[in-house]
Amino acid sequence: MNSLEVRQLAYAYPDGTQALFGVDLSIARGERVALLGPNGAGKTTLVMHLNGILTAGHGTVTVAGTPVGKDTLKEVRQRVGLVFQDPDDQLFMPTVRDDVAFGPANAGLRGAELDRVVEDALARVGMLEAADRPPHHLSFGQRRRVAVATVLAMRPEILVLDEPSSNLDPAARRELAEILRSLDVTVLMVTHDLPYALELCERSLILSGGVIAADGPTRELLADADLLARHRLELPYGFAIPAV
Amino acid sequence: MFVLLWDVIPCPGGKVVHVPDGFFNAVTSVSAGVVAAAGVAVCLRGARRELDDRTAPMAGLVAAFIFAVQMLNFPVAAGTSGHLLGGALAAILVGPYTGVLCMAVVLLVQGVFFADGGLTALGINITIMGLVTVLVGWAVFRLVSGLARGRGGVTLAAFLAALISVPAAALVFTLLFWIGGTAPIEVSAVAAAMGGVHLLIGIGEGAITAATVGAVLAVRPDLVYGARGLAKPLELRGAGGGSTAVGAPEPVAGEPRGGYRPFLLGGLGVTLVLAGLVSFVASPDPDGLEAVAETHGFSGRAAHHSFGRWALADYGEVGGIPVGIAGVVGVGLVLLVAGAVAYAARRRNKIRV
Amino acid sequence: MGAGHHHQLYLPGVSVAHRLPPQCKLLAVLAFAIVVVATPREWFWAFAAYAVLLGAVAAAGRVPASHVARRMVIEVPFVLFAVLIPVIGMGERVSVLGLSLSLEGLWAAWNILAKATLGVVASILLAATTEPRVILLGAQRLRLPSLLVQIAMFMLRYMDVILDEMRRMRVARESRGFEARNARHIPVIARSAGALFIRSYERGERVHLAMLSRGYTGQMPIMADMSASAAQWGTALALPAAALAVLGLSALGLT
Repeated sequence: MNSLEVRQLAYAYPDGTQALFGVDLSIARGERVALLGPNGAGKTTLVMHLNGILTAGHGTVTVAGTPVGKDTLKEVRQRVGLVFQDPDDQLFMPTVRDDVAFGPANAGLRGAELDRVVEDALARVGMLEAADRPPHHLSFGQRRRVAVATVLAMRPEILVLDEPSSNLDPAARRELAEILRSLDVTVLMVTHDLPYALELCERSLILSGGVIAADGPTRELLADADLLARHRLELPYGFAIPAV
Repeated sequence: MFVLLWDVIPCPGGKVVHVPDGFFNAVTSVSAGVVAAAGVAVCLRGARRELDDRTAPMAGLVAAFIFAVQMLNFPVAAGTSGHLLGGALAAILVGPYTGVLCMAVVLLVQGVFFADGGLTALGINITIMGLVTVLVGWAVFRLVSGLARGRGGVTLAAFLAALISVPAAALVFTLLFWIGGTAPIEVSAVAAAMGGVHLLIGIGEGAITAATVGAVLAVRPDLVYGARGLAKPLELRGAGGGSTAVGAPEPVAGEPRGGYRPFLLGGLGVTLVLAGLVSFVASPDPDGLEAVAETHGFSGRAAHHSFGRWALADYGEVGGIPVGIAGVVGVGLVLLVAGAVAYAARRRNKIRV
Repeated sequence: MGAGHHHQLYLPGVSVAHRLPPQCKLLAVLAFAIVVVATPREWFWAFAAYAVLLGAVAAAGRVPASHVARRMVIEVPFVLFAVLIPVIGMGERVSVLGLSLSLEGLWAAWNILAKATLGVVASILLAATTEPRVILLGAQRLRLPSLLVQIAMFMLRYMDVILDEMRRMRVARESRGFEARNARHIPVIARSAGALFIRSYERGERVHLAMLSRGYTGQMPIMADMSASAAQWGTALALPAAALAVLGLSALGLT
């Protein structure tokens, strides 16, 4: 069964502006998919439907066979690990350890088992030594990694990342890419860092005008200059798609 | 004298200075503590109804905002500046219950963590700067915005709410000082100084509050408490370019379930507690430690009083008016404010912006 | 990285005072403050004894006097006010150094100064030996409503972030030549305040969403156990107990 199935998703903001006009997409287990699109296309809005934070005005979202609804929220939120763009939104506890423990603690883990899960998640992102420090003492890249750990600790089915490479220096960017490659989860990455998408994701979707405008292998999409231009996407200066 | 001070003497770091330990006598501090505790308890329940499970992060962030905004200097007159208190602003932006919680948390944090305000004076500080400013600000806001509709009405209401909340707080401070202040200063002098200065500061606070509410209204009207809009039907765009409409418009609720009745009941309950404690104060049999403090501390004349005889006459000498009347005036003030809130809350119309 | 002057209140260290559970210390300081405030102002020796007690606490917490002194600056406005009281106070007047001062006013000034100072020093010592979030956990154990504690936790966590945003906005304003000098500038300040509110509020919403995304259902999960032993309570409550003893002795000594 697919990790993620979205059908005819439509949504409007409280002030009335409609953001999504009927989104359809499927992601199979183990895939790494990039969600591309210009600023303001509604990528973050779409992603917030995946764990039930936003309720669609119309359409359905299904995660590993479980439809997202009022009564399945707890389960869905364990299955969908959402990493927000701003780590400060996500690291709200006094120490790193508390933050990483928050998710599994809500799922009922306690004591030694909780500690084990926390340390395992921190180790996977390489932040174990920082466990007892307050989040605001860490650098941005470190906070980004801890944010990923907070979600990994819940053993999700699909990891959804919102602009994971933004504001990272090249070394931090590379470190994060290595971490993501090492994980055994389905990945959906919202990004407008096209080289990053090419590096990590075999498949890409373009969200534009509130619908999925393109869906295919990343390499093909990025090679189509016309397509990119139509949806306000651009390859960085001097970047040429490396030959396979 | 918290406000008077920073106009006479510039404050380091632009802080609002709170009442320290020792400024008010034990009985007044305890009574104010009970009032503050009762008020906060009522608002804890009310805020949960206003915000549900979002209360902790939302109120926390707004409290952080209030803390930051209290450092805002605004020019009051040539060379002098005042500081925003924020009670009315909090009430208008997030509702009265959450507003009280935010102010209370700010004062608690300032008192416990930054030694700004005595631990024994927390009740007084929270009552004056938390409860009174928010209660009065909200009551005036509802009254005026109910009478004057539209965005202009809201802004005017915000201005008046903040304007009146400052001298109201100063008045309550004066009242408490009259009942239990330990400094032998003419109450009329205190009242005059507080009144005049705080009216000016109230104007500044009113201007900033109105302008801030207006600024928020302009960008995110849904964030101003009580001002909500309707949702449009959704549009589906097909691959071929056609579109269909689905869904129906739904009004979004603006008031907490149960309305403001608990708030009012809480306000009346607080009034009764205050009245009860005032009568305790008037009782001829205080408990030992307090009697020692009062008989030796208050009356500068006689060094000795017998334990049993409560220094009621000495209380009366501060300000020259019997404590009973002071108490009645205090209770009357709270009732007046509670009544204003009751009247304002009867108008259940949502504010159209 | 956003560590404002507020955080300098905590002095990291290893000491008897640092190790005590927060609920004990909080209750001890509160009880001490109550005893101080209830002390009649004529009992000078009692106040001197209290000061000595606080000195002992400072020693137990390895808090240097300079640390305390620097943070007592918060008291300056009240010191100045206290100085004013004898000048403007009512009642019988005495002559001190050629000035006519109110006797009652002098007593009141001493009363306020002594008690406020002792209270401030006690608070500073508490903050110096206990991290803010730990103090909050202690407050929660003392049955302060859990919602209030959570709100305070979020406030502390994001205080730096908000102040930082405010500072950045001020820098942006001043870089464009703006300085608040008179009432005409209020709209500009207000727009900044409005923007700050929106940002704070939206961050609060996003934090709530992040909490929901990790399974939050309305109750914070209990993650640490912080019970205090009788010995620890005893150590902490030694401070107010000693103060009470001083009070009692003074009551017996002076009639």
